[in-house]
Amino acid sequence: MSSTNKKWFSLNLNSKHKQGSSSCGCGKTSGGCNSHKEPNTELSEEEFFDAAVDASIGEERHKDGFDQVFDVKMSRRSAFKKLTASLLIGAGAVNTSCSFLAGDESKEKAQIDWEEQFKGNYKLMNNDEKKATVDRLVRSYQLRTGKTISMSSTNAEDDVLFGYAFNISKCQGYMDCVNACVEENNQDRNSQMQYIRIHEMEDGKGFNFNEADDNYYHEVPAEGHFYMGTQCFHCDNPPCVDVCPVQATWREDDGLVVIDYDWCVGCRYCMAACPYDGRRFNWSKPEVPESEINKNQHYLGNRLRKKGVMEKCTFCVQRSRAGKNPACVEACPTGARIFGNLLDPNSTIRWVLENKKVFRLKEDLGTEPKFWYFMD
Amino acid sequence: MRRLKVFKRLVIDSLDVITHGSKKYHLWMALLTLIMLIGMYCYSIQIEQGLSVTGMTDRVSWGLYISNFTFLVGVAAAAVMLVMPTYVLKDIDFKQAVLIGEGLAVAALIMCLAFVVADMGGPSVLWHMIPGIGVFNFPNSMLTWDVIVLNGYLFLNITIPFYILFRHYQGKKSKKSVYVPGAILSVFWAVAIHLVTAFLYQGLQARPFWNNALLGPRFLASAFAAGPALIIIVLAIIRTYTAFKIEDKTLKKIAMVVTVAAQINLIMLISELFKEFYAPTHHSESAYYLFFGLEGKTALLPWIWTAISMNVLATIILTFHKLRNNFKVLFFACFLLFVAIWIEKGFGLIVPGFIPGPYGKIAEYTPTGIEIGVTIGIWAMGAFVFTILARTAIKIETGELRYKKDK
Repeated sequence: MSSTNKKWFSLNLNSKHKQGSSSCGCGKTSGGCNSHKEPNTELSEEEFFDAAVDASIGEERHKDGFDQVFDVKMSRRSAFKKLTASLLIGAGAVNTSCSFLAGDESKEKAQIDWEEQFKGNYKLMNNDEKKATVDRLVRSYQLRTGKTISMSSTNAEDDVLFGYAFNISKCQGYMDCVNACVEENNQDRNSQMQYIRIHEMEDGKGFNFNEADDNYYHEVPAEGHFYMGTQCFHCDNPPCVDVCPVQATWREDDGLVVIDYDWCVGCRYCMAACPYDGRRFNWSKPEVPESEINKNQHYLGNRLRKKGVMEKCTFCVQRSRAGKNPACVEACPTGARIFGNLLDPNSTIRWVLENKKVFRLKEDLGTEPKFWYFMD
Repeated sequence: MRRLKVFKRLVIDSLDVITHGSKKYHLWMALLTLIMLIGMYCYSIQIEQGLSVTGMTDRVSWGLYISNFTFLVGVAAAAVMLVMPTYVLKDIDFKQAVLIGEGLAVAALIMCLAFVVADMGGPSVLWHMIPGIGVFNFPNSMLTWDVIVLNGYLFLNITIPFYILFRHYQGKKSKKSVYVPGAILSVFWAVAIHLVTAFLYQGLQARPFWNNALLGPRFLASAFAAGPALIIIVLAIIRTYTAFKIEDKTLKKIAMVVTVAAQINLIMLISELFKEFYAPTHHSESAYYLFFGLEGKTALLPWIWTAISMNVLATIILTFHKLRNNFKVLFFACFLLFVAIWIEKGFGLIVPGFIPGPYGKIAEYTPTGIEIGVTIGIWAMGAFVFTILARTAIKIETGELRYKKDK
């Protein structure tokens, strides 16, 4: 998506050249987001798929160590197959030699753990590899708990760019969104991690975040106060993505800024870089009671996290890519939250952007959030 | 083949050197080992339970580890202040000091890397950062630049002294044509490691306290004050306890370097303070928190004012020739300066960057016992590494350790 045909307005501060120069909406080097599909060219299905795979991983090929080990001439898929095969043999050999009494299940568990430990970055995976890791994770969960979860690896759709609007006049501070978010996204209950913060502000003082209270425990709406919610704004020019040393976080083609929890090394540089307090860290092992686990999961979204990795709001990728609203939007009793496709001219979000006086936070930083505020 | 043989001999000989010594030496090494073990125990708790055992939170997400890392990069960079005149400007009397300086740089860099690893949430997946095997987000992420420059600098600082010592060990003179290019490169490299580390913070538009153009230059100035100050102290200890000769002239010259750097550092501090407090904006709040406290939260006040007064006092002492040339006063001033800059470029720089938070939330940070334990353990490791390196180097330089063909 180049800056010329952008269908929603932006301040054009300092980020445009970055996105304009690349044919891909994610603003990265071509192929960074696995999304290069050219609908106008007439190709057979197979040719198209091969071309798409090539386009999407062509440049990243050299970045993946697996390909360096195996000959570069090999296609990525066959390389991965061989690699997996060798890993299976290796893991199996280690396994059988070490455990002569262990059952098949524990062998399978160990094998999955091994493969998961040494898998690549999700961002650079093709669809087969994505499916393979998702299958492993589902199976691993099944082996451990005997319960079955469903995990998706749905990619971003074409012609979709998610955006969000928040009606300050309507929000009454009920925090239903916060609760729904925690339940939907399997956040750690011990540390009471929350992606959304609702700031209670005093009337007549404007948007004074300094004096706002984001941790209130009283009946709402409180007299003489108004409320404003913040969360990850899914910037179009996200500073957190640039600083990540291992590309464990990136902007997907539909505008979602996501994290590969298994690739994150936990340096927390992204946290320092985020001007919106949008990121959270798992300081200890996150715990969710088995009965409260949301089993409808997405690899990039609400699957269970581990200790020492970053996480954040994904606009409920497991819901939004399935055509539903994020949990916070659905839970809001006042209708203050509006979510939709910015590229769809008939969407509510587009109507809001076109008819309301909208603004965004800290626009001077050039981050281009896709999260707008407005008032009735 | 012959070289390998000599190398094997060198390793055996230096093992011999570092495992034998006076009672004081053994006591020193035992003490360091004990502290390291305590540090490792603390780290094992951190591995087990996660970073929640530290004082860091989602509000202040970097603490003591990254503070010490930042400061130690400066110490490592300071070795260059000795390299430059010795190798490039042919100033003979620095030559002895420079080996010590480079040893110090190696120890400081190892500590830097240890602090970064200690700060990681997932040390078991650190291979994701190795270029080729993992995904290296170069050149976008300044952290990858830092990985490159730090490891490159470590390599330079190991190879150059090793070459020189290896030649001397065999009773040969080291060839200038071999080590001078490396030395010149390391001069630029030292500036790079510090500038890149400053850019790590300077490039974050989210943190106005760091996002200022003076951060990099001020890093350099403070590094070139604190690093050589430490070298002076170390040299003073070495020349008291070993046969290694270090002339007064050498110490005085390094003192001159410290003085100029400290003065420049002070000027930059004044410039920073002026900008923050003459016309304070929303972005000056972190500085307000650091120097005066915000909303009754004043955890850093005693630290920063101690640092500022020590800094000013040390700079004044160093500025007067009479005081600076008196060694007792000089050592005292160097100690003051070192501690002052450790506070200022350590948590005096890192912690206020997070306070107030992006939405003005003021949550303070206090390191926990475990965090302090790991930190002290890593410092002990640095001292341990340095002692080993310096002891071997000194033995070779004084001629006590030589390759014997007959053996």
